[in-house]
Amino acid sequence: MGYDRNTPTHTGNRALDIEERLVFEQGSPGQSGVDLPPPAAVEPRLGAVARRRTVGLPGLSEPEVVRHYTRLSQKNLGIDTAMYPLGSCTMKHNPRLNEKMARLPGFADLHPMQPMSTVRGALRLIDTLADWLKMLTGMPAVAMSPGAGAHGELCGMMAIRAALEDRGEGQGQGRRRVLVPESAHGTNPATAAALGFTVDPIPADGRGRVDLAAFRAKLGPDVAAIMLTNPNTCGLFESDIIEIADAIHEAGGLFYCDGANFNAIVGRVRPGDLGIDAMHINLHKTFSTPHGGGGPGSGPVVLSAALAPFAPVPSVVHGPDGLTLVEHVGRDGAEKSFGRMKGFHGQMGMFVRALAYMLSHGADGLRQASGDAVLNANYVMARLQDVMSAPFAGPCMHEVLFDDHFLHDTGVSTLDFAKAMMDEGFHPMTMYFPLVVHGAMLIEPTESESRETLDGFVATMRALAERAKAGDAEYFHGAPYHTPRRRLDETTAARKPILRWRPEPETKAAAE
Amino acid sequence: MRYLPLTEPDRQAMLAAIGVGSVDDLFEDVPKTAWLDAPIADLPNHQGEIEVERAMTAMAGENLSADSVPSFLGAGAYRHHVPATVDHLIQRGEFLTSYTPYQPEVTQGTLQYLFEFQTQVALLTGMDVANASMYDGATACAEAVMMANRATRRERAVMSGGLHPHYRDATRTLAHFTGFEVSIGDPDPMVDEDLTARIDDNTSCVVVQNPDLFGRVHDLSALADACHAKGALLIVAVTEVVSLGLLTPPGEMGADIVVAEGQSIGNPLGYGGPHVGLFATRDKLVRQMPGRLCGQTVDTEGRRGFVLTLSTREQHIRREKATSNICTNSGLCALAFTIHLSLLGEQGFLRLAETNHANAVKLADMLAAVPGVEVLNDSFFNEFAVRLPGPAATIVDRLAERGILAGVPAGRLFADRANLADLMLVTATELTTEGDMHALCDALREAL
Repeated sequence: MGYDRNTPTHTGNRALDIEERLVFEQGSPGQSGVDLPPPAAVEPRLGAVARRRTVGLPGLSEPEVVRHYTRLSQKNLGIDTAMYPLGSCTMKHNPRLNEKMARLPGFADLHPMQPMSTVRGALRLIDTLADWLKMLTGMPAVAMSPGAGAHGELCGMMAIRAALEDRGEGQGQGRRRVLVPESAHGTNPATAAALGFTVDPIPADGRGRVDLAAFRAKLGPDVAAIMLTNPNTCGLFESDIIEIADAIHEAGGLFYCDGANFNAIVGRVRPGDLGIDAMHINLHKTFSTPHGGGGPGSGPVVLSAALAPFAPVPSVVHGPDGLTLVEHVGRDGAEKSFGRMKGFHGQMGMFVRALAYMLSHGADGLRQASGDAVLNANYVMARLQDVMSAPFAGPCMHEVLFDDHFLHDTGVSTLDFAKAMMDEGFHPMTMYFPLVVHGAMLIEPTESESRETLDGFVATMRALAERAKAGDAEYFHGAPYHTPRRRLDETTAARKPILRWRPEPETKAAAE
Repeated sequence: MRYLPLTEPDRQAMLAAIGVGSVDDLFEDVPKTAWLDAPIADLPNHQGEIEVERAMTAMAGENLSADSVPSFLGAGAYRHHVPATVDHLIQRGEFLTSYTPYQPEVTQGTLQYLFEFQTQVALLTGMDVANASMYDGATACAEAVMMANRATRRERAVMSGGLHPHYRDATRTLAHFTGFEVSIGDPDPMVDEDLTARIDDNTSCVVVQNPDLFGRVHDLSALADACHAKGALLIVAVTEVVSLGLLTPPGEMGADIVVAEGQSIGNPLGYGGPHVGLFATRDKLVRQMPGRLCGQTVDTEGRRGFVLTLSTREQHIRREKATSNICTNSGLCALAFTIHLSLLGEQGFLRLAETNHANAVKLADMLAAVPGVEVLNDSFFNEFAVRLPGPAATIVDRLAERGILAGVPAGRLFADRANLADLMLVTATELTTEGDMHALCDALREAL
């Protein structure tokens, strides 16, 4: 008999690739995966609003729950599974030691409102991490509480607004314009606009850097700040950055640096020596706290002396009785603080992981890591630039940018190319970002990949590029073929959003 | 260095392939004045796992962990039991080490649990839809007010005095910088505030917490009607999500947006973060919503699958026109939440809530019998306010020395309110034993 591998199975499963229903479509009503003793009988004191209806949650036993989520996990690609060269996202190895440390009861089981005398170690940990961040960046102060990179941007730009207000230039016709390069992350203009600034884009020059002349021409008395990513999103170091810092300061503005790519230069360049005023640090990128399928992140912001007084509360300070938390605006050094951004004291669990990562690497290891990250990216560039098209000359920093020029006339798009990578066992690179080149493909190997893996990646990319150029567009249009799902209909998803499961009768009623 | 796979021969071969002499040569664009020739001095060099573990464990040991002593702290973060299964499953590398699911073909695992999470949050809150989570309850609250401003094209938020001050302050900070007005009520557990009277023609929303900061439970139906009659939205904040097992969900009382802190389900206290913000609303407001949304669709073979959707609201598409600058959610904490809630199920969740309430009732009665302690609440779920015969912060410190984490002094939350200095917020959960309760009452008897 000549059955081939496409022969349908009875279940639709393919061995380890198992179809998994929604949790709501499983279990039986009285079942539970948690045994709690019956509560004591008391006279309820819930006022007049006791729940009248059931919630509608399904009932599953523990083994059923374990199997459900284990099967779901097997439909995911992680850094643990394969190379994940997602540019700008820094998908480096997540050491498990850091997970273990974050789960020590002395960190995980601390209530944020415990008396200071019972959390000395927690305050020391925050203070120690703050010291590392200040030394690695060469900056005098750091705000630890922002919950993610974009939240850190918000923090930095609020500090800038507060400083401008403090000198009487924040309100009304004051400094309202923020200069943002066209290559910036989407969060930069979104942050500036959210705070009421006008966003004024700066073009890139032919080398993929800020066009210095165009930037200078935009300076004026209404400019509040520049938001510049360095290394930038084309994977290039902004070689004129000191001139840019001097010029913005001369014009009375401030310099916000997007630190998303700090991992390229850790231990080799201190942003403080470049003249910046604020920079967020994505602990989940540079210091390897896990991305977790989309958070939680952590985005401390280092601040210059000019901005430090405006930092948000809370902050850990050295007081007469040792370390303590300043939780309220208006006193204890927080007289000019712009206020609070978040509940409690920041992403402590991420602080623990980041410090464990720093202690493991040390000053020498961090410098080696940034060197290896840059070396890996340049190696990929060198090995691929004859078959793909790099819009800007190297050397690059931690990531290498290609455009879709090499796919011209093949009928294969950047998206098609990326989907074909999945079948080869790689996560795609970042696509269509930055916006300054056509059909961008941004590849960030990180320092976590071996030369052997990189060679395999390079060979795969070369083979795909040659296949595209050989005219096999149809193959690419159909890709991926071997993933748990093929391409998904995103248009219908957005046009007729189904954002939750509903019980069968409700679904029918909604349809009618 | 154990995390770095390249060997020295690898590096040399790769440099040769690139055509440069050294790694430093790759940094030729760095201005010479800013270049560091050597590792930063004053920081230690790399260490092995043993040394790092020893240093971190020493720091952890300087803390009094809440599981080691009787503990009654709440005020927005609650100590609950997290089943071992939860922490095991969230550490599977396919979950832990994956990125935001922008490539749905290789992230159906993340997407399906987010879809299930959104459904659970909508069911708990009694709302139509929920997003894939926010940083925490406080930031979710601030985003909800911004959303109400967009939806109503008004610029004034009325905030209850019973709202957690961190939720209030996170909102107030955004208000200052984005230019909307906030009307903030007095925090006072003895007063029934008249929020309706504070709604005017420019009011976009009323923000109220239930149970409120002092633990009191409110019927919000009349307030919802009053809001709607004046064209404002009702935002309900829930800091203790377990309460939804026993209380009428905000959606059934007429809320337009519900924000909540989800930490209580599946997530440790962690000294305050990372936690997980829940955000739910009505169908008609979904396009005004901040944050990520996961939606159901089909693949090219017609099989059900999931994708991130309605991303035209988001910063990576809309840039300066986005509904919010938010880029991340709290994915792994949302996973912990959804696994724990799946384990509990309808029966387990109800029983968990009943146990919390029963323990709190017991504790309230025991504390009321302690001379000098006055329980202020008529209604509560698992947390209530007591008045002590002196500054609560001092008494809490004194009890901490005896190994009891007694409660949260209201004065720590409101530095400028002398009338709250004697108040303490006390919580009981399923982890609170009768022995813990006796220990607290005995210690108070001796300390007062």
